Amino acid sequence: MTTTAPAVRHATGPKVAPTRHPFRWLAAAGVLLLLAMAANSLVTNPAWEWEVVGQYLFAPSVLRAVLLTLELTALGTVFGFLLGGVLAVMRLSPNPLLSSVAWGYVWVFRAVPLILQLLFWYNLALLYPRLSFGIPFGPSFFSVGTMDLIGPVTAAALGLALHQAAYAAEIVRGGLLAVDPGQREAAAALGIPRVRRFFRIILPQAMRSIVPNAGNEIIGLVKGTSVVYIMALPELFYQVQVIYMRNGRVVALLLVAAVWYLALTTVMSVVQHYIERHYGRGRS
Amino acid sequence: MIEIDGVHKSFGALHVLRGVSLKVGPGEVAVVLGPSGSGKSTLLRTVNHLEKVDAGTVAVDGELVGYRRSGDVLHELPEREILRQRTKIGFVFQNFNLFPHLTVRENVAEAPLSAQRRPKAEVAETVTRLLLRVGLADKADAYPGTLSGGQRQRVAIARALALDPKVVLFDEPTSALDPELVGEVLDVMRDLARSGTTMVVVTHEIGFAREAADTVVFLDEGRVVEQGPPGQVIDHPQHERTRAFISRVL
Repeated sequence: MTTTAPAVRHATGPKVAPTRHPFRWLAAAGVLLLLAMAANSLVTNPAWEWEVVGQYLFAPSVLRAVLLTLELTALGTVFGFLLGGVLAVMRLSPNPLLSSVAWGYVWVFRAVPLILQLLFWYNLALLYPRLSFGIPFGPSFFSVGTMDLIGPVTAAALGLALHQAAYAAEIVRGGLLAVDPGQREAAAALGIPRVRRFFRIILPQAMRSIVPNAGNEIIGLVKGTSVVYIMALPELFYQVQVIYMRNGRVVALLLVAAVWYLALTTVMSVVQHYIERHYGRGRS
Repeated sequence: MIEIDGVHKSFGALHVLRGVSLKVGPGEVAVVLGPSGSGKSTLLRTVNHLEKVDAGTVAVDGELVGYRRSGDVLHELPEREILRQRTKIGFVFQNFNLFPHLTVRENVAEAPLSAQRRPKAEVAETVTRLLLRVGLADKADAYPGTLSGGQRQRVAIARALALDPKVVLFDEPTSALDPELVGEVLDVMRDLARSGTTMVVVTHEIGFAREAADTVVFLDEGRVVEQGPPGQVIDHPQHERTRAFISRVL
């Protein structure tokens, strides 16, 4: 420490010698060596085909696929967390029916694999060929063919959102429970209306523990969208498969996808950092 | 101003309040003393309906708190009505319970704006005046996390006063403070007492009770054992239990 140096100079007693850490140097040298080997192989092995990666990275079909991946992520996140928020509030409600229904939802949708659920929505027409809208158990006002209403993109967004909602519900519930009960009590004692209490006092504090977990989930979802390749939707992962089946450049095109996933999650991590800073205000 | 009549409250098998009655007139200061577990805090919390009573009634400013009476039956009021009643009753917590994500100014302004829907300009004026009164005008834009315990509690008092309440309830306001910070909070409370604010204070600060209280109430095992002016209850207690308690805390 440089700041303690003057004090040492003025001290009259024995001098404190800095502790040596030879194994830290050894470990660092080992890691550097491994990194150098990896970098060397990435550059020198022609099988990586970096020029093919460069050629396809910004190809229009790949860019369109990236957009669809982003669109599915956005839909899954927005609707997943909206429904998840409602489920979390239901789960914490004193009404036993609301709370059990929320519990049951989380139970089912965490149990069923996403890929199975996606295929289920995709094939909903087998179960209900037509969907009618009207009064429950009463007359129907109009009906549409299930296939017309739920196309592949809708089915994928629906599946991702419903799946995400189950996890979002638990994250939001955990965040709400982490807020000191004294906060609720103080807000109630001040006569602050219920809705305002939730959005102005409780939720901003809950966000402190919701955001890191939600960030994890959303980054998971970016990559989770690759599962919808099963429905032949041209998102990023499906699109690179289509291209490499045509030209055989498997590794290069998988790299194209990897680079894009890396870029997307990097942007999200940066955004998450700023959101966390926003909700952390007032705390050191 | 406050009329508590025959209040009972149980938590499961634990009978915390066993028929407590108490009257506090306008501008009076009542200090409630008693050993821990005697029901002091619970009693205070029934006054603004943070706890529902099992039997008995609480009235503030001539209005039943939390219930509507029809004949011999009490019906709980809708939440909107209870919230309206609470704006007439300030409450200061032992652990301050300031909103940590809001500045001092926002903490104090929140309830007048959202619960009373008073105009912004008027509320801003009120906040400035109150922060000046508790000696924290320079901390308006600070977050509670940067303040000392004593400062936080003074903000909490300003927050309670911002509703312009008819009565202010204090639940052990100095118990969570370092000893050297107790004085600044008691100073603010003494100032309030002198200015004619109706107050009910649960505390262990006998000195404050002696100086500021009009009535001292000694509560034990959910019952009022003794009440009267401080000169009587603190200096010449009539009951053995009061005497034992006073001698322990003095």
